[in-house]
Amino acid sequence: MNATNDIERTPVIQVRNLRNQFGSQVVHDQLDLDVWQGEVLGIVGGSGTGKSVLLRTIVGLNRPVAGSIHVLGVDVLHGSRAERLETERRWGVAFQDGALFSSLTVLQNVMAPMREHLNLSHSLMKALGELKISLVGLPPFSCGKLPSELSGGMRKRAALARALALDPVIVFLDEPTAGLDPIGAAAYDDLIGELKRSLGLTVFMVTHDLDSLYAICDRIAVLSEKRVLVEGPIELMKDVDHPWVQEYFTGPRARAAQQST
Amino acid sequence: MTEPSLHIEEREGVTTLRLFGRLVTDRLGEVESDFANASTTSRMSQIDLSDIEALDTGGAWLVADLVARLEANGVEVAFSNASAAHRQLIDVVAAARPAEKGIEDPPRGLLPWLSRIGEKTAGIGKSILSLMSFVGETLTVLVRTILHPRRWRPAALVNQMEEVGFNGIPIVVLMSFLIGVVLAFQGASQLRQFGAEIFVVDLIAISILRELGILLTAIIVAGRSGSAFTASMGSMKVREELDAMRTLGLDPIEVLVVPRVTALVIMLPILGFIANIAGLFGGALMSWIELGVSPGQFITRLRENTDVWHLVIGMIKAPVFAAVIGTVACWQAMQVRGSADSVGRHTTTSVVQSIFLVITVDALFSVFFAELGL
Repeated sequence: MNATNDIERTPVIQVRNLRNQFGSQVVHDQLDLDVWQGEVLGIVGGSGTGKSVLLRTIVGLNRPVAGSIHVLGVDVLHGSRAERLETERRWGVAFQDGALFSSLTVLQNVMAPMREHLNLSHSLMKALGELKISLVGLPPFSCGKLPSELSGGMRKRAALARALALDPVIVFLDEPTAGLDPIGAAAYDDLIGELKRSLGLTVFMVTHDLDSLYAICDRIAVLSEKRVLVEGPIELMKDVDHPWVQEYFTGPRARAAQQST
Repeated sequence: MTEPSLHIEEREGVTTLRLFGRLVTDRLGEVESDFANASTTSRMSQIDLSDIEALDTGGAWLVADLVARLEANGVEVAFSNASAAHRQLIDVVAAARPAEKGIEDPPRGLLPWLSRIGEKTAGIGKSILSLMSFVGETLTVLVRTILHPRRWRPAALVNQMEEVGFNGIPIVVLMSFLIGVVLAFQGASQLRQFGAEIFVVDLIAISILRELGILLTAIIVAGRSGSAFTASMGSMKVREELDAMRTLGLDPIEVLVVPRVTALVIMLPILGFIANIAGLFGGALMSWIELGVSPGQFITRLRENTDVWHLVIGMIKAPVFAAVIGTVACWQAMQVRGSADSVGRHTTTSVVQSIFLVITVDALFSVFFAELGL
């Protein structure tokens, strides 16, 4: 969609030899990961394997001890401030519980990044904000609501709308369907799939939801033993000879999720 | 990278709107007005997308908006040379375009204005009622707790006493010492004119013991501990911790409010007493330096001329002030709704209201003791 042909052959996110450490606790060690243009990558792993830490590290909220991270060809750890800012504008992050600004309405939340980065008239920003809110499937009356007046599922959608505000190339989602009812979660999955197809988004998604993994993820990366243990399409996961992966992808819940697709 | 632009040409009754360049959100500002002013005279129009280099939702919105406006004027619109991806994006955006306006402007005029005033007035009455019922609830729980010693929470109480009392000593001592110094200094310069320097002792002793020591301590405590009560319990309310307590069969008033208010009621008199001593010390020091009233003279004068009732009246007020501060702070915490913003607002309100009420109560005490002739 965007003129990104020149970077199609290189990964949009390239993580090499990443090491994250909090005190004496090593979370990641020698972690390598590639995310390709236009794919939905699902990150799975047991509790405490550093899925969210990985996401936070890539978007620059957590500084790793060692390793390199390139996003859209820019070294986000060592690049100049201007380069980093330019890159930050091209990704959107939706946090687990939304992290919407609680004193602003939903529409103002979505318009906040536009006000900061774009030179557009107020009426056009408002129209685009309303469009994003409608794109993520929220009804028009939710524009004027405060985040505290929304349900958890609506907050997640509003967070996605804010993440999409600047038409990003990459979207990071932290547990997007956690805490949603199955119908709402399925609708959210459809939404991500639809946006990926129509906007050409690359999606980096931390999730535990097996249905999401089967429904929309092109590839899956399993975090275990402080690194990416395996990555690949979900069909290959059953053949991986590792107890956690076996249990995760061949357990009763996984079978149910597989049958439903 | 070509600049986005819009060219309109008319031929044989068909208007062709030709789009060029990178029609992406970053650059919409350059073509916004062109799109807004675009219009056709013919009944048929074509939108040519062959020279589009890039399109995102922002650009697609402009196109979809243009199409909608043309169609509303009865113009037939067709796309030509659109890539499948661009067509799909425009369709998705067109389908998602909100039909109705999301937000209505707040109503204006005399009637809404009157209704706002009415709501605010009724709100004042409601909040007084709510404070009353909170006081009642707290007292009920307090009595119940006293009757059932198993329900006492000594750990929480001691913890709060340390926080509001012990940790507050340095600031209270410093403030009170300085007030004593200021009183002595200002009093001295006035009293010297009449050669009545020794009366500075009475001035300092009565004003500090009777009024300033306790009042200023209460104000500091309202700012220090009252705000902390509201902020911490308000955040707990936002994160549904209070609701969680209720579902576990714990009464937040018993667990949170009673230990805090009790700790304040115990500690404020002690803090006030310490403040009295620090104030007298500051006054005595300044009298010695400025007026040459020796510490011995100061103490003698203090014991002979200052009635112990001044101290007692001051101390009587302390637990009342403490109850006011604690109750208002906890009550405000219970009024927090939803957001972090609300926590901040109620914390401010809590401090302002408790200081206001402390001063009001102090004035009532003054009248009361004056009538009693004390």
